[in-house]
Amino acid sequence: MRTAEPIIEIRGLSTVYYSLRGLVKAVDNVSFSVIRGEVLGIVGESGSGKSTLSMSILRVLPLNARIVAGSIMYNGTDLVKLPEQEMKKIRWHKISLVPQAALNALNPTMKIKEHFIETAKYHGIRDKKSIVEKASELLELLRLEPPRVLESYPHELSGGMKQRVLIALALLLDPEVLILDEPTTALDVLTQRAILDLLKDLRKKIDITMIFITHDIAVIADLADRVAVMYAGKIVEIGDVFTVFKSPYHPYTRALIRSIPSIIGSVEEMKPIPGSPPDLVNPPPGCRFHPRCSEKLPICSEKEPPIVEVKPGHMVYCWLYAKR
Amino acid sequence: MLRTVNAPLIEARNLRVYFYVKKGALGKRGIVKAVDGVDLVIEEKGIVTLVGESGCGKTTLGKTIAGLLRPTSGEILFRGKSVAKMNKKEYMEYRRSVQIVHQDPYASLNPTKTVFQALSYPLTRWKLVRSRAEAEERVKELLRLVGLTPPEEFMRKYPHQLSGGQRQRVVIARAISVNPSLVVADEPITMIDVSLRLGILDLLLRLREELGTAYLFITHDFGAARYFSAKGGGVIAVMYLGKIVEIGPAEEVIQHPLHPYTKALIDAVPVPDPEISRKKRMPPLRSLDIPSPLNPPPGCKFHTRCPDAMPVCAKKEPPLIEARPGHYVACWLYTK
Ligand SMILES: Nc1ncnc2c1ncn2[C@@H]1O[C@H](COP(=O)(O)OP(=O)(O)OP(=O)(O)O)[C@@H](O)[C@H]1O
Ligand SMILES: Nc1ncnc2c1ncn2[C@@H]1O[C@H](COP(=O)(O)OP(=O)(O)O)[C@@H](O)[C@H]1O
Ligand code: SF4
Ligand code: SF4
Ligand SMILES: [Mg+2]
Ligand SMILES: [Mg+2]
Repeated sequence: MRTAEPIIEIRGLSTVYYSLRGLVKAVDNVSFSVIRGEVLGIVGESGSGKSTLSMSILRVLPLNARIVAGSIMYNGTDLVKLPEQEMKKIRWHKISLVPQAALNALNPTMKIKEHFIETAKYHGIRDKKSIVEKASELLELLRLEPPRVLESYPHELSGGMKQRVLIALALLLDPEVLILDEPTTALDVLTQRAILDLLKDLRKKIDITMIFITHDIAVIADLADRVAVMYAGKIVEIGDVFTVFKSPYHPYTRALIRSIPSIIGSVEEMKPIPGSPPDLVNPPPGCRFHPRCSEKLPICSEKEPPIVEVKPGHMVYCWLYAKR
Repeated sequence: MLRTVNAPLIEARNLRVYFYVKKGALGKRGIVKAVDGVDLVIEEKGIVTLVGESGCGKTTLGKTIAGLLRPTSGEILFRGKSVAKMNKKEYMEYRRSVQIVHQDPYASLNPTKTVFQALSYPLTRWKLVRSRAEAEERVKELLRLVGLTPPEEFMRKYPHQLSGGQRQRVVIARAISVNPSLVVADEPITMIDVSLRLGILDLLLRLREELGTAYLFITHDFGAARYFSAKGGGVIAVMYLGKIVEIGPAEEVIQHPLHPYTKALIDAVPVPDPEISRKKRMPPLRSLDIPSPLNPPPGCKFHTRCPDAMPVCAKKEPPLIEARPGHYVACWLYTK
């Protein structure tokens, strides 16, 4: 990271789903910046809104979802307000997304080569020869043998190979920002390690900003520069990875780190979080974590906690740190 | 032969489970050796955690031990008696005594049945209750045991009205309802919210204290394997291509792994500490990909990837030997 210049600035973003059960407030009044050149890790339990957030940035949400408030500033333009025609020039060209569970989204009847050609064609590039050259270059960068992989069908590749193909596909048009939604979740330990190492190498070789989404905090510790912790549609803490892991401020972040069974640390200190994550149709009032929080104050169930900068660049949404 | 402290509850002896499958487009027949010569002892009240990469045979081994798959060769002994030689009554007793909890709590409950119906069915099937009133009492007791209170309320619910963690508790209650002596828990926390996973593992451990259940816990997560086996004083067994390559006390296997495969996995796994995790790098394996189980390498099955492979490794299969007290490994590095 050279300078702390933001490349994406999100302010007050709220995204909802219209469902039979009512309005699901999947992302609720979320604000944060992505710094040029960084790997920003977003961590949270299943259903906390991570995927919705990533789909909101690129406006590739399901039909029953809507961004109802906020702005997403990228290069001086608000992506929330951008006409669809203009948004097409951002997707894949500038900001690219490898969606969750994309491994199964590769077309089984198409060779990998055709996936690259079709993707480029969709984005207005038709020169097959240069696309295949670019694809080979990227596959090589991701340590795959281009001739063999390009001529393969998806089922002929292992999960780790498919995940690397998807990353190469996302990089095809030289985007500035790459969003990866749970890219290592379905993979075995050794394959996950290989992908993490590759992403680290990748950022040394090309200019790229990454948003890395996962439910596994160990992966964040391994790769990210900064971490944003999500709980029930909100970001509750954001800061430098080393600081947040060493001294987490938010009670949820602390509890989350303690709840991970790991091969390091004392087994006796590992503890589950009591209760369960709330239903986002009817989230608890005030701080959404209050029913599970061991440090809650009377005000926590009444008013939403404010944002507090506990150290430069380290923000926490919690009443414990508010000056009252 | 593996040594044990308590009486053996279940023993697998040179167990093999093969699947006959079509190979490629030509339709040539191939054999997947999902379990290929496993010796394993689970003691009364014991804990064995099986870890290994996807497809190494964990579920197949678990299902075979639970009597859901028939061994191709080798045998399973239940309380010293070979399952293949049991009469009907003994076989029924074995099937009741070994219950399985599957990975997906969503798929394992019938959406049209209430919690009461789901839990009372095995009670009636195994004739453990005689009346509806007795069934109700027992179901309430089971719900209390798995922490679903008040039980009167949970009894009436349908699966869709429960969270993932609550569903898994119902599935566990169903498994213990027939008083099994062994529960095979196949990835019981994989589909559960991270913050609730330890709660389920703690529940299983508590049930062992209260009911004396032994466990075969299956997971691909070394952290969860360590937590469960270390807290319960059990062992961890590492599987690779149908074989157990290392087995020993939990902390021993995690802190001092012996087999090159176990070492590679432990070196690779990210940990929730940036200082430590960032020093990790891909171990120097000769290949990243697991060989196809249709065509496993001869000798030590890991030799195509092992950084320490020697000439003998490709020729002869290493035996499982006791390298340290209670800590077994199948690798030529440890055999003189
Ligand atoms: N019914 C079946 N027919 C054919 N092959 C099978 C069958 N069941 C399992 N296999 C194969 O046997 C091997 C072991 O599978 P198994 O499901 O036991 O692995 P596992 O260790 O439980 O994997 P995972 O971690 O993915 O659950 C795999 O190669 C699998 O494809
Ligand atoms: N298509 C959809 N329709 C209705 N609700 C949805 C849909 N997709 C996600 N949700 C809900 O939105 C919330 C956030 O989901 P998601 O963004 O997928 O979380 P995460 O990626 O953190 O697991 C959850 O409550 C989820 O059930
Ligand atoms: S605001 Fe209150 S309830 Fe929420 S995390 Fe902070 S102390 Fe706990
Ligand atoms: S027997 Fe040989 S190939 Fe197998 S793990 Fe040991 S050293 Fe490696
Ligand atoms: Mg998601
Ligand atoms: Mg399995």
